[in-house]
Parts: sequence; structure tokens; C-alpha cells
Amino acid sequence: MDETIQAQEAAILEDIGEQLKDYDQNRGSLIPILQMIQQRHQYLPPDSIRKVAEHMEIPSSEVYGVATFYNQFRFHPPGKNPIKVCLGTACHVRAADVILENFERKLGIKEGQTSDDREFSLERVACVGCCALAPVAVVGETIHGHMAPSKVEGLLMRIQIHKEMAEREKEKEKNEQS
Amino acid sequence: MAIITVDGLSIETEPGRNLLSVCLENDIYIPHLCFMEWLDPPHASCRLCYVEVEGKAGPVPSCTVSVASGMAVKTDTVEVRSLQRTALKFFLSAHKVECKVCPANRQCPLQEMAKFLKVPLKSKDLNPRLKEKDLEALQPCFEYYPNRCVLCGKCLHTCERVKGQSLLTFAGRGIDMTVSFYGGLPNEEISCEECAECAAVCPVKAILLVTG
Repeated sequence: MDETIQAQEAAILEDIGEQLKDYDQNRGSLIPILQMIQQRHQYLPPDSIRKVAEHMEIPSSEVYGVATFYNQFRFHPPGKNPIKVCLGTACHVRAADVILENFERKLGIKEGQTSDDREFSLERVACVGCCALAPVAVVGETIHGHMAPSKVEGLLMRIQIHKEMAEREKEKEKNEQS
Repeated sequence: MAIITVDGLSIETEPGRNLLSVCLENDIYIPHLCFMEWLDPPHASCRLCYVEVEGKAGPVPSCTVSVASGMAVKTDTVEVRSLQRTALKFFLSAHKVECKVCPANRQCPLQEMAKFLKVPLKSKDLNPRLKEKDLEALQPCFEYYPNRCVLCGKCLHTCERVKGQSLLTFAGRGIDMTVSFYGGLPNEEISCEECAECAAVCPVKAILLVTG
């Protein structure tokens, strides 16, 4: 798993190097460059910050300062199962913060982060648009309404079981073919 | 030579000089936190060094004013003191007041200003807004105390002055803002450990050099 992640990151860096040729060293290019990286790769890997700093010939601390100022930039890769917990008004009133914290505890990551195996990423959002179902959590494309802190574990369990079932299925096919 | 009046006292000085440093040199105390004489333009972020200058609409931060002949300045008006007290209370609401265990105790500008402006160190007017972590390791050899830091920017500017480029930066925004290191500089002539100017200049000892 680690090797595939490393290979992915190397590919991302190579792609960024290629793209950077289109940008000049003007100070005004910094944010467009960061936006380009995020658009192509969904996040800003740590090495990409150094690479951009080299290209612009400014300290990497300055690039980091700019990138952390804007909420639109992410520093963690999206997980395979992105989890969004709604903390809009209706969900907030129905104690969505408890649900978010339970996700944080069960996954061992903080809001805005991604688990080490890149299976899950956790995010808070302002409103998903189905306040009647409050409190709401969105896993991938699926909306889970009427959430409760106690349902968090079941949700994660379901994803884990689905994943294991798919793996078994694959194994079976492999065995049948050989 | 220009002659200006500060609180009724006439002072002779060179025109074009910084008003705040002229006042401080002449033993007229104006609360201040982020001011560094050599920095131009001034950082002017602490909003503490307000004075009233005759002819200007409202109080102005004195670190941004250049002395001109005939200028009449008041440092002790109701409006000025009220602005300073509010600013100081905001600083203290985001500051962990633990003077007894703090290395800056007795040489801390916050203590000095609180005494001068008669603001209690632990005010109940504003809710405390402390950050989650009390201590962070700062690359490569520093300790950083986010809840002591007043974000005056002195460390950043000093680093830039010494090394040509700053290794330190403000990270994050609003109440989550901290001072942070990111990466190093190529071909560094002086290592951070030898330099440590950022730790030396910090008025509240939020950056400490880790030795040994």
C-alpha cells in the first residue's frame, strides 16, 4: 500500500513540474498555480509546496502561508470514502457536533484529515440541503439522514464489510480462472 | 529641525522621523507591541500605539506617523485609552495568563501595558479564545507556544532581515493563526541554531531555543 501511495505522489510531482512551465514567476501567479494543483490532484502534497517555491524563487514558508490562509486549499488527499458531516443550522441544533466527534474518535483522525490508509477522509460542511433529515452525514454519494452518534459505528462497519466482500469476490474469481 | 508638542511638552527632533520612536526616546510611554524601528513600512498590526494628532479626524497608530514641524500630539485622551484597553483585552483573551511559570515574567510587555492601562490580566469581559495546543515543536530547534504568541510578527521580520528571506510564516487565519516554519532555505549561511534571533526578539517568549 505504501509503495502505491509513494508512486502516486511521485506521479503527481512530475505532473506539477510539467504544468509549472506554463506559469511565470510573477507574484500574482502563486494562487493560480495552487488552484491548478488542487484542481488536478484534489489536494496540495507537502512536496508540491516546495516545488512551487523553487519555481517562484520564494521561500516555501511564504507559499505555505498563502496556502493555509485560504480555506479552499486542502493538505490531505481525499479518502476512498469521503465522509462529510453537515453542521448547518438544522443539523447543528440536532447535535451534529457529537456525530462529527464520534467519527473523529472512531477513525482516529481530525476533521479535515485523511486516514493513513487513505480509506476515509473527514470533512465538515455547512449545509447539504436536506434539513428535514437532520442531522445528516454524506458518505461518498450516499446521504444518511437522521444520524445518531450510535449509528456512526454501524456505518463504518458496513463500509468495511462491503470492502472485505469485494475482496473475497475478487479472490474467488482469481481462483476460478487459474 | 522640527518642533512638535506632545501632551503640552515641546520636543525638538528631525522632521520625517517616526512619531512613536520620538515619543519613546523622550520618555513619553505609548503602549506598543509590534513596532520595530528599522522596519519600513511598519507592520502596524497591534493597534495599541494610538495617539491623537491635531488636524486628523480620529486616533491614528503613532508608528505610522512621520513627524512634521508644528505637529500637536495627545497621547492620553479618553478615546485613545479606550481603544488601547479594548485592544489589550483582546490580546489577553487569546493569551494564556500563567505569569508565574512564564519565562517572560516581569519583562513582558503585556504585564507592563496592563499595569499602565489598568486592565486586569484575567479580564472577564471577553471569553477566552485559547488554541488547542499549548506547545508545538518548531523546525529545526525551537519550541513554540501558540497560547503565548501575540502574533506581532517580530520574529518573521527579524528572520527576513537576518537571512534575506523569512523561514517563518503566519499560517492559518483569524483565531487559528499561528507562526510556523516551512521547509528550509538553500545554502544557508547561518543555521537557525546559531542565529536564534527570532527567539531573542519575541516579546512574550513564545519561541524558545531548545538547547542540548
